[in-house]
Amino acid sequence: MTLDWPTLLPLIFAGLMGLAILIYVILDGFDLGIGILFAAAEDAEQDTMIAAIGPFWDANETWLVLAVGLLLVAFPLAHGTILTALYIPVFLLLVGLILRGVAFDFRAKVPAGHKHRWNRIFFLGSIIASLAQGYMLGIYVLGLDVGLGGMAFGALVALCLAAAYAAMGAAWVIYKTEGELQKKAVLWLRRALVLTALGMVAVSLATPLASPRIFDKWFVWPAMLYLSPLPVLSAVLFAWLWRQTFHLPKADDRHALTPFLTLAAIFTLGFAGLAWSFYPFVVPDRLTIWQAASAPESLAIILAGTVVVLPIIIFYSFYAYRVFGGKATDLTYD
Amino acid sequence: MDPLILSRIQFGANISFHILFPAITIALGWMLLFFKLRYNATGDTAWMRAYFTWVKVFALSFAMGVVSGVTMSFQFGTNWPGYMETVGNIAGPLLAYEILTAFFLEAAFLGIMLFGFRRVSNRIHTLATVLVAGGTTLSAFWIIALNSWMQTPVGFEMRDGVAHATDWWAIVFNPSMPYRLVHMLLASSLTVSFLIAGLSALRYLYGDRSESMWKALRTGVFTAAILIPIQIFAGDQHGLNTLEHQPQKIAAMEANWNTGPNVPLVLFALPDEAARENKFELTIPDGASLILRHSASGVVPGLNDYAGNHPPVFPVFWAFRIMVGTGVLMLVVSWSAAFFLKRRHSLPRPLALVMVPMALSGWLATLAGWYTTEIGRQPWLVTGVLRTVDAVGPVAGSQVALSLAVYLILYALLLIAYLGVLVYLALKAAKDGDTSPLPGVLDAPLSQPAAK
Repeated sequence: MTLDWPTLLPLIFAGLMGLAILIYVILDGFDLGIGILFAAAEDAEQDTMIAAIGPFWDANETWLVLAVGLLLVAFPLAHGTILTALYIPVFLLLVGLILRGVAFDFRAKVPAGHKHRWNRIFFLGSIIASLAQGYMLGIYVLGLDVGLGGMAFGALVALCLAAAYAAMGAAWVIYKTEGELQKKAVLWLRRALVLTALGMVAVSLATPLASPRIFDKWFVWPAMLYLSPLPVLSAVLFAWLWRQTFHLPKADDRHALTPFLTLAAIFTLGFAGLAWSFYPFVVPDRLTIWQAASAPESLAIILAGTVVVLPIIIFYSFYAYRVFGGKATDLTYD
Repeated sequence: MDPLILSRIQFGANISFHILFPAITIALGWMLLFFKLRYNATGDTAWMRAYFTWVKVFALSFAMGVVSGVTMSFQFGTNWPGYMETVGNIAGPLLAYEILTAFFLEAAFLGIMLFGFRRVSNRIHTLATVLVAGGTTLSAFWIIALNSWMQTPVGFEMRDGVAHATDWWAIVFNPSMPYRLVHMLLASSLTVSFLIAGLSALRYLYGDRSESMWKALRTGVFTAAILIPIQIFAGDQHGLNTLEHQPQKIAAMEANWNTGPNVPLVLFALPDEAARENKFELTIPDGASLILRHSASGVVPGLNDYAGNHPPVFPVFWAFRIMVGTGVLMLVVSWSAAFFLKRRHSLPRPLALVMVPMALSGWLATLAGWYTTEIGRQPWLVTGVLRTVDAVGPVAGSQVALSLAVYLILYALLLIAYLGVLVYLALKAAKDGDTSPLPGVLDAPLSQPAAK
């Protein structure tokens, strides 16, 4: 592999796209998760939970637009192949995102009697979007196989991703609230963790079994040795977080953010494993990132903008999170 | 069923639903900034009440715009893979810049603008408002650049059936881009002006005589009255630009079947594409020649020069007439209202009654205008480069039919809910009048206590 621009640019964009997806999964994960947890929360708690994500969700969802946008602009061939193969789940994902996005705003503005309706729609949209994302991940892992086995596996991953998002949501509630709701969230986190762990094991086992090429990437010496930290570290973090759920919340609210950060770390490890499995393919076993990439001169002009803007986005995202830091209070337009 | 026509209807429905909300947010951001700056300058809390009423509309419209916009970015891939495969090298960077420079600016600062009034200083809050308004406008800039390039593509070369950029400056500032951008920004401003004026008129009809109602009403009416003649001029210039670069579209807009001098202006007709003639025609002699060539003997292009290569005549002809007709109505209503507000300091009840449905006139004109220009681009997706029929994806017709049906139902319900909330918010504001509490504003007019 020679290191010239036509080789490097698709690689850089694959990295950027991966980063955008990872940030999206972590950030929108917690607000989708809170939508899922709506099913288990009381009326007053729902208001607090909304207040905990209110200022953030618009920006969180924008990372999905960036991720899909990068797929669209940097790998147009893959964008078409993947999205036409996943037509119905993508459609369901979009319906879910539309429902929850508008329910979020409507529930705060309609007459009080209609609020319950929009709360239910918010839950429904969140769960549909999460399940659709999980299903798409499952189908993608199996190389866009939409046979019966693929669908079953997709359904399993869908449930587990929804659980993982619920865990993220619970962790965010632990960070942003106090009192009874916080205690409740610890219980939610513990339950969701079990399903999340099951899901990660299922995906990890199914991926190499489904693709001999991926099997060969993981189970050869010495790659096995270099890669072993990924599963081992994930398992350790899971076990540790599981133990933590029996001690939270702590006095002075210490470690309130820890569960969220731990889950983010686990997501990152899992994501790294997936990325290693698929590299260099963007459509599993069909299109490599170089085959699917746009012309180098077009990628170069996008990159020029990206290296300027992305750091600014990350910087002011931190700023926004700082402005709305601390425990969630009533969300008002003033 | 035919996936091509279903995909086209689906994309058309989607983009029609989507454009309703950017049409509001692009200009409403600046309108909110205006309310805010007036408040900063005068300390008059009525401006802040107007701000808080309309910032809710902004939040709701923004959310509707985001979710329908996400849908669009997916539909390029799910239904039109041929589009990015052919012109991805050009459309890609333009879309990427839209996402990078604009969308993020809006989305991240929106939180501070909407919910941060008590958490940051007034200066930062004003800055966030500026950034959100600037972000929405930048968004529009990039999208209009791409759309205009699809209408009048330049600055590229074809290699192996794929477009490659040769001159980015020419691509962004392509021949129709400045006209379309100005036309759209003005359209958005007029949409918002009429929306504000119409909902304020509704409050007026319900007996609200509060200062915040008057301020919003005057802002809406005067902005509309000033902008509508400018818009008519800008639209005329855009038309002349189209005549130069897309004559077949003008021929369809005017339902002119044969190239020649002394072409009449068709006021009413039912164009019949099979017979290639107009039925029930009502015309002004030499009108089209005078408008388009400024001379009665000016030669106007006809559809006979573009056989098999021109858009469907009926929808383009009528969409254009609906847009122009709405524009004329907007002129009459806004100037009458401005006259009464300026000279008589009152609003006659019948005029207020007319202004309420006119709240949606901007939407109607914007949609009709986009239908004119987008259907007017057919049969091409990118003029002269890619036909719409060649871009459609391999998805089965039944799947597209299913998604289309659900989208249509969903959009109809959401639109009803959205309009319901607008009316509810207006009536609530009418009931509260100048008595609604403004925490953090009344006590200290120019600053807010920052919450811990």
